[in-house]
Amino acid sequence: MTKAKINNVDVEVPEGTSILWAARKANFTIPTLCNHPDLVPGGQCGVCVVEIEGIPGLKRACMTPLGEGWKVHTHTARLMAIRRQLVDLILSNHDTDCLTCMKNNNCELQTLAATLGIDTIEWHKSENKLPIDRSSVAIVRDPNKCILCGRCTQVCSSIQTVNALAVNHRGYDTVITAAFDEGLGNSVCINCGQCVVHCPVGALYENSHTEEVWQAIHDPDKFVVVQEAPAVRVMLGEEFGMKPGTLVTGKMYAALRRLGFDAVLDTNFSADLTIIEEGTELVSRLKTGKRLPLITSCSPGWIKFMETFFHDMIPHMSTAKSPQQMFGALAKTYFAEQRGIAPDKIVSVSIMPCTAKKFECQRPEMNASGFQDVDFVLTTREIGRMLRAAGIDLNEMPDESADSLLGEYTGAATIFGATGGVMEAALRSAYFLVTGRELEAIDITPVRGLKGIKEAEIDIDGLKIKVAVAHSGGQARRLIEKVQDQLKNEGKSEYHFIEVMACPGGCVGGGGQSWGSNMAKRARRGESLYAEDRSLPYRRSHENPSIKAVYEKFLGKPNSERSHKLLHTHYYKRSAVDGKIITEK
Amino acid sequence: MVAENQCHCEQAQEEELYLKLQEIIKEHQRRPKELIMVLHKAQNLFGYLPRRVQEMVSEGLNVSLNEVYGVITFYNFFSTVPQGRNNVKICLGTACYVRGGQMLLKKAEKELGIRAGETTEDRRYSLGIVRCIGACGLAPAMLINDDVYGRVKTTKMMEIIERYG
Repeated sequence: MTKAKINNVDVEVPEGTSILWAARKANFTIPTLCNHPDLVPGGQCGVCVVEIEGIPGLKRACMTPLGEGWKVHTHTARLMAIRRQLVDLILSNHDTDCLTCMKNNNCELQTLAATLGIDTIEWHKSENKLPIDRSSVAIVRDPNKCILCGRCTQVCSSIQTVNALAVNHRGYDTVITAAFDEGLGNSVCINCGQCVVHCPVGALYENSHTEEVWQAIHDPDKFVVVQEAPAVRVMLGEEFGMKPGTLVTGKMYAALRRLGFDAVLDTNFSADLTIIEEGTELVSRLKTGKRLPLITSCSPGWIKFMETFFHDMIPHMSTAKSPQQMFGALAKTYFAEQRGIAPDKIVSVSIMPCTAKKFECQRPEMNASGFQDVDFVLTTREIGRMLRAAGIDLNEMPDESADSLLGEYTGAATIFGATGGVMEAALRSAYFLVTGRELEAIDITPVRGLKGIKEAEIDIDGLKIKVAVAHSGGQARRLIEKVQDQLKNEGKSEYHFIEVMACPGGCVGGGGQSWGSNMAKRARRGESLYAEDRSLPYRRSHENPSIKAVYEKFLGKPNSERSHKLLHTHYYKRSAVDGKIITEK
Repeated sequence: MVAENQCHCEQAQEEELYLKLQEIIKEHQRRPKELIMVLHKAQNLFGYLPRRVQEMVSEGLNVSLNEVYGVITFYNFFSTVPQGRNNVKICLGTACYVRGGQMLLKKAEKELGIRAGETTEDRRYSLGIVRCIGACGLAPAMLINDDVYGRVKTTKMMEIIERYG
């Protein structure tokens, strides 16, 4: 333990604690701009400088561990003047059109300027505007808002190991761009949006589709259906000031209905369907012993990551579409047929914790229904904005239910939103598919939680299944490299089944989550999904009555010809230079 | 006939350079820390770092393309455009800046019709900036290839530059 004084207040903190966190323990908040609880401090902004008696110069609180017996001052007149000047300099080349900024009211720079009481910008204001990068279908980058704090590049390189964004050029011309400054849409970017959720300002945000969805809702000729991802029900509350992880399923249905959607359905239904299709695939691969390990395919960020950096793993990928796309294919076929609606009148909207889903729905092969299966993807933030614009307060909503056909779900579906959830759900059903009996120890806890790569071994009537779960590009890279080595050197891998999610924490940590998120919030959302799982009458996907109905009335059997046409997909090799599909000669 | 021969010749030469580059990369295969060294060698080979070179280095050393691009755009030494026969560099160190280096640069940019970091279409000149060449007493200074010119006046500057063919 280290003892010291911060502004004459005694503090005692574990050795190695930064002055920044030690000061918070003494109830002094040192302002910061580039620091983020989930990232390694880099000291780029310099706003957190402090004075230490007997040590010359200023120290950055974020990256200086508190020393024994130190007397630290955090808010002297000198420090306050320096901080104001630093922020003043940042503002001198920051595009300050806050009222029309995507981050208005959620901007850390805006808050900091207010905290420091900055009332004028004293330096010459740069008039040069750089072009906004709109090349990506998922993410917009506005260099005029960027303060070069480096959070996005750190998360893109160190955590995701994608390196789509990097600091390029030099001095006054320094910009954070994709390689050759050719835009994120022409890069290896996997659209995960971790840069977006870590950006303190309005330099990165989703490519918004709220206007298109408003138009569809207001068009009397259109029948607008909406699906919501598992993670959204534990995330949307935060858009309305609720505690992180508050479960709002019933209120969410009510709010969406009031917003004007014609049918409020649920991605959780198709998550159950994914399990049946993918579980059947797993069982058949276990029987033949070929193309193992089977790797999950729900995360569109992971899919593009795999296609770009590990396309030799394509044969190992599950061909099952993600729940979003399975839903999309059924909405314009099965649902349209059962409800007697012409599929060309249906506008299919999904609400996702994800930015990569915007890319996924526009992939050219995602039109199994004969139309684009999912027309528009909205992030949790976008639907939050739409609800507020419509004067709907989620807090005041009653609990309602989803509409029938594509609305019913089990506990196995809802845990899809947390890392390890797809794995757990699949094992619950695979056990049944192999043995004909139910897995009694239904909670497979070794695959839960936010620690690194998770492993477990499940005994299915003497057949030992080894599974692994990775969440983040970096973990996926480590795990898949290990599998590649095993396949190369031993001819087979120790794993039978692997789940990969592109985002840390799984979908509850997706690029479409509310602003100001961190790992602690992601953990709470995940716990909340497991709590919902425990509370539901059905906890295994194959028990879902609506799933039984869709097979009886429409699909036939799992992995049937019709299932394959509507619910399965294929993958491409992509270039590690620009992320574009490599066409075989 | 002659033109055709020349054309083929240049292409063949370039392909040969790429083969040489492959050998250089082999020596440093999958060693990301040797990036700058490899880029140095590549630039000595090609005179600049075209995109294909960057892609080959990225793949060979197992460094992401954007990291390669970041290093190249950070260091003044590296160039992504072909260099001219003559390298004109205007000093913008403190002393030269105060004594009008910026004016020299503006004049050169206007007269040559290119911006700093670019090369004229006929490849006669490349224009660049240096940050102090230790000739502060002669400010503002200009460097053409290895020749230093001191106390350069905007009116006389083009006369000096045009001596280099």
